[in-house]
Amino acid sequence: MSLPGLPLLLQSIVSGILMGGVYSLIAIGLTLIFGVMRIINFAHGSFMMLGMFTTYWLFALLGMDPYLSLLLSIPCLFVVGIIVERFLIAQILDAPEHNQLLLTLGISLFIENFALFLWSPNFRTLDVQYVKKAAMVGTVMISLPKLIAFLFAIILTALLYYVLKSTDLGKAIRATSEEKEGALTVGINMRRIYYIAFGIGAACVGAAGTLIAPFFYVNPHVGGIFVITAFVVVVLGGMGNFIGALAGGLIVGLAESVGAAFVPGQLKQFIIYFIFILVLLFKPQGLFGRRGE
Amino acid sequence: MVSSNSQRIRNILVIGSVGAFLLILPQFLGRYFIHLIIMIFFFGYLGMAWNILGGYAGQFSFGHAAFFGIGAFTSTLLQIHVGVNPWIGMFLAGIAGLLLGLFIGSLSFRYGLRGPYFALAMLALAEMLRLLAVEWMAVKYPLGITIPLKGDSFWSFQFTSKVPYYYISLLMMAMVLYLTREIEGRRMGSYFKAIRENENAAEVLGIDVFKYKLLAMAISSFLTAVGGTFYAQYYLTIEEESAFGVGVSIEVLLGPIIGGAGTVLGPVLGAGILEILSEVTRNILGAYSGVHLMVYGAILIFVIIFLPSGILGGLQMAFRKLSKGR
Repeated sequence: MSLPGLPLLLQSIVSGILMGGVYSLIAIGLTLIFGVMRIINFAHGSFMMLGMFTTYWLFALLGMDPYLSLLLSIPCLFVVGIIVERFLIAQILDAPEHNQLLLTLGISLFIENFALFLWSPNFRTLDVQYVKKAAMVGTVMISLPKLIAFLFAIILTALLYYVLKSTDLGKAIRATSEEKEGALTVGINMRRIYYIAFGIGAACVGAAGTLIAPFFYVNPHVGGIFVITAFVVVVLGGMGNFIGALAGGLIVGLAESVGAAFVPGQLKQFIIYFIFILVLLFKPQGLFGRRGE
Repeated sequence: MVSSNSQRIRNILVIGSVGAFLLILPQFLGRYFIHLIIMIFFFGYLGMAWNILGGYAGQFSFGHAAFFGIGAFTSTLLQIHVGVNPWIGMFLAGIAGLLLGLFIGSLSFRYGLRGPYFALAMLALAEMLRLLAVEWMAVKYPLGITIPLKGDSFWSFQFTSKVPYYYISLLMMAMVLYLTREIEGRRMGSYFKAIRENENAAEVLGIDVFKYKLLAMAISSFLTAVGGTFYAQYYLTIEEESAFGVGVSIEVLLGPIIGGAGTVLGPVLGAGILEILSEVTRNILGAYSGVHLMVYGAILIFVIIFLPSGILGGLQMAFRKLSKGR
């Protein structure tokens, strides 16, 4: 282990924050689903993979700009989310927690390996010329696709925050998340809120998939890399806590990229899992300490 | 209890004839089918090991690959570097798994990790070990670890024929089957189930919840690690993904979930269904390795929605309803 110099440290901080914004977007979908339905969605990574493939195919077959394809990947994943919720998740809302986890595991196994069957395990990349650029600020290199992903992630997060805070639908979702019985008594249609929240969660991670596609490989199992990171972010921020997921995403992004400057190769992931177990054990309500269950 | 004597005789007859059938079975089968049955015995064994912790004591682990991998690596490395005999290595592997189990178990149970949180913590543990193995092996064993061939010898746990592996895996399965039955018949089994059904109530009733959860963890992790050694000796090569991968954790728990968690025979039934289905899908869909997991996923979805306590669990409940209805 050697101490990295200042330029390297600055570089990793910047990269960490950029990646962290995308982690936040992934985790916000996960935490929204958990907050409203108390379901840990193991299939979250598969939804992300579907978002990436939507963008990939639109680009490869129709030449559509990857960022324009957001307009399609978001509604597509929203619909996928609603279908999965209505036909599968809705059946087991009263089942024991571990069975709910197993169901979402089954869904992810099915989706990922169906994608494997259709599209082969090949690693694909989007060959978009203009995003391969990078800007230099002082000694720090900022890669354009990561910057765009970060900005879009922040915009989408802000948009979702606005929807949750200010619209009737958003208020109904928050009411369901915070006080189930109260929400029922004021006449909120719980089943509808559930599938809408699940759809929004899937749409968030689908959008994240689209945003990552220009600078990451696309493959049926790619979601698995991100889903556990997303669990870490969600637990760190407090399960069901929107702002917590936003902050948690940035923290994990930073920890990962600064950690990578100190330790070799895949051990940066190791650090994240380690933090995850520590938080689960010692601070299960998350770093921002809203009361847990 | 009038029929208990004749029932016992019937049990002995059934077990005796099934046992005799399984003992002579390899004489009539080719390599391919013997391999298939070894896999059923082996995943039945692993499923039963998982089942003691997950099915009986209700602590769902999503990371049994941690124990499996520790077992495979312990015996293999001891054998290669220190020359420890693999049979002794198998026992030491079990001890290594047990120690790891006690470590993570005492931490998680002391700090009250329950349900999905315990499941995810176990998943993270297995992933941590996998990443360590990846880093370490990239330096020392970039092509995976291969156990040197020593020819056909019982002493060195290597056989050119599959038949000896068949009998070893059969024996391992039979022993855990017996163990599970014993646990179920004793006070320990009832304590496990009480903890599974309602931990707080079990505590109030005076059960030392922490101790019994840890006991279930110890048995389960020991057996799983021993399975890791069998796997290493069967394939004579290990790499990080087949030892510590998420896929291992999933395959281990699918059998009991589908066959019936918390039942004696459920894991074996589940393993049988899964292994046969995976062979069938491999033959039909073929194309890419891993496509059989699509079928596993579909079955898992079906079972969780329609048979939430697995096939045997569902049968048991239906049977109870029938006998009550009479």
